[in-house]
Amino acid sequence: MSLLEARRVRKVFGGGLWRRAHVVALENFSLFFNEDTPNFTAVVGESGSGKTTLARLLLGLIEPTSGEVRFRGIPLRSLDRAGRRRFLREVQAIFQDPYETYNPFYKVDHVLELPIRNFGLVRDRRTARALIEEALAGVGLRVEETLGRYPHQLSGGQRQRIMVARALLLRPRILIADEPVSMVDASLRATILGSLLDLHRDHGVSVLYITHDLTTAYQVSHDIVVLYRGRVVEAGRVEAVVREPAHPYTRLLVGSIPLPRPDHPWRGERVLGQPGGLAPLGPRFCNFLDRCPFAMPRCQQEAPPLFQFGSERAVACFLYRDQPVLSDDDLADLLCKRTAASN
Amino acid sequence: MRWLLQVEGLTVHYHTPDGPIRALDGVSFGIGPGEWFGIVGESGSGKSTMAFALLRLIKPPGRIERGRVLLEGVDLLQLSEESMRNYRLSQIALVAQGAMNALNPVKRVRDHFVLALRDHGFQLSEPEYDRQIAALLERVGLRPEVARLYPHELSGGMKQRVCIALAISLEPRVLVADEPTSALDVVVQWQVMETLRAVQREIGAAVLLIGHDMGLIAQTVNRIGVMYAGRLVEVGPTSEILRDPLHPYTQALIASLPSLDERGELRGIPGLPPSLLRPPPGCAFHPRCPLAVSWCRSERPLLREVRPGRWVACHLVTEGG
Repeated sequence: MSLLEARRVRKVFGGGLWRRAHVVALENFSLFFNEDTPNFTAVVGESGSGKTTLARLLLGLIEPTSGEVRFRGIPLRSLDRAGRRRFLREVQAIFQDPYETYNPFYKVDHVLELPIRNFGLVRDRRTARALIEEALAGVGLRVEETLGRYPHQLSGGQRQRIMVARALLLRPRILIADEPVSMVDASLRATILGSLLDLHRDHGVSVLYITHDLTTAYQVSHDIVVLYRGRVVEAGRVEAVVREPAHPYTRLLVGSIPLPRPDHPWRGERVLGQPGGLAPLGPRFCNFLDRCPFAMPRCQQEAPPLFQFGSERAVACFLYRDQPVLSDDDLADLLCKRTAASN
Repeated sequence: MRWLLQVEGLTVHYHTPDGPIRALDGVSFGIGPGEWFGIVGESGSGKSTMAFALLRLIKPPGRIERGRVLLEGVDLLQLSEESMRNYRLSQIALVAQGAMNALNPVKRVRDHFVLALRDHGFQLSEPEYDRQIAALLERVGLRPEVARLYPHELSGGMKQRVCIALAISLEPRVLVADEPTSALDVVVQWQVMETLRAVQREIGAAVLLIGHDMGLIAQTVNRIGVMYAGRLVEVGPTSEILRDPLHPYTQALIASLPSLDERGELRGIPGLPPSLLRPPPGCAFHPRCPLAVSWCRSERPLLREVRPGRWVACHLVTEGG
């Protein structure tokens, strides 16, 4: 049973009537979440890769330029009142900077009590309190240092953790977490991501973990989708993609991770920053062309499609042109099926 | 080794209605000329307070209670406000976090440099300023045109490079960098750290790099100091600490790092960082320490040298052990 699916969603910002410069934030992207085969998928990419646009599309916060997002088979914009309520309950979000999520006039307790009341999670106050304390402990927060305070009295990391606690409390079917631990210390990230992993394993919750941190993505997810300037460059089983990255961009990303091992040299790319050079190159180019050490004439003539590489991944690069071509929906199926087999 | 910067017993309290928060509690260490020294610790361990205290930028309700910060023998804490303002930037400079609001959004990049230089008594003609600023920008790999841009027109990595260029504008002896790349993508992180490395080599400054990303710190510094609850609990050469951490907190910190080798259980450090308002008696780590004995609850362990170059504050680590 399909819970949430994005089918060939495309989002273009700008443009419009006068055909001014427009930016393709996300190009024909498909992703499925099934009820019976929950997945834990990471979406990684740098700023401008389209990962936050993807989260906002899936949550119905913005409308796709083309393509469709469906919840339990119904397009988001056609959901009726009951469907909308179910969507709000079952699909939860954690955002990167949760400051704006809070009402500054309410204590943070409100953020945690409101969903309990709204969705009638428990009957009495004492059970509610116990539930809140359990959720806070799951993200490494002390009750006496959080409850009874106003949002501005907490650090960014603490506010972020309260949003994770709220998601833990609600036990949604799908959790869309956009950089949920970006403001949290490395040592605490493990604890919080561990809570998300428990939620997935013990309660069958699907998690979409959006991040620029490949190391934690590798640690917690089954699958990974690497985005670059709005397009999928590589996707599939996380072990394969991270341990033997195929796309030149994924190779660069993996190589740029500073590992806590002085014997393992930290490599990088000597490209100097260009002001705002993140707009996609256009439909007739590979978006990575200007940074790619393997660029060929063909990469300047057309954007590479997804090629299937091995049984569990897809790579959008002409280096793999001998492999069978996959459609965007094929990729979404590949991610879905593979998860079903591994669970 | 002769220290370039020597910190002794540095103590900073934030005075709140509930009592003093002991953000920094008697921290001592030294940095050699041209050395890269890293400070790692969780939020609330006092590492950012340290950065601000070294530059005497602690604001009320915070206050430097005691200690000495000796830069080539001169105690910065004893200088007059006026002399300290001269020391800042010319002798010791902070590499601000470009991604945070270190740059004034309504001022062009150029204006930031002009203000900093004028503040230090420079009276240059406009073309001379342009030449100086172009040279500084070039050092961090930015084109001269960047001077005309506003901060919002720059990418995160470029903003951070501008902050590095500002910090080195007067070729200080010590650079203090507090999480200079924490908000940047990995590829850009590497580029920014390469830039910092290159300018450090050129001007020969010592660098104090503060952060919570053990990977980045490990790839960059010669020696590491590990902070916990406002104190240094372990200091030693980077490779030795990573290979053979002695303090139970350092061990837990290293075990909690996600690696690209084995996938599996994520091991956070159990328990919570202590309240600095009412720190636990004895060793501040004892409530979370798997090895704690009664001694740890009653007596505070001091940082001592247990092997040449290896300092640790733990009752359970024996000399030479």
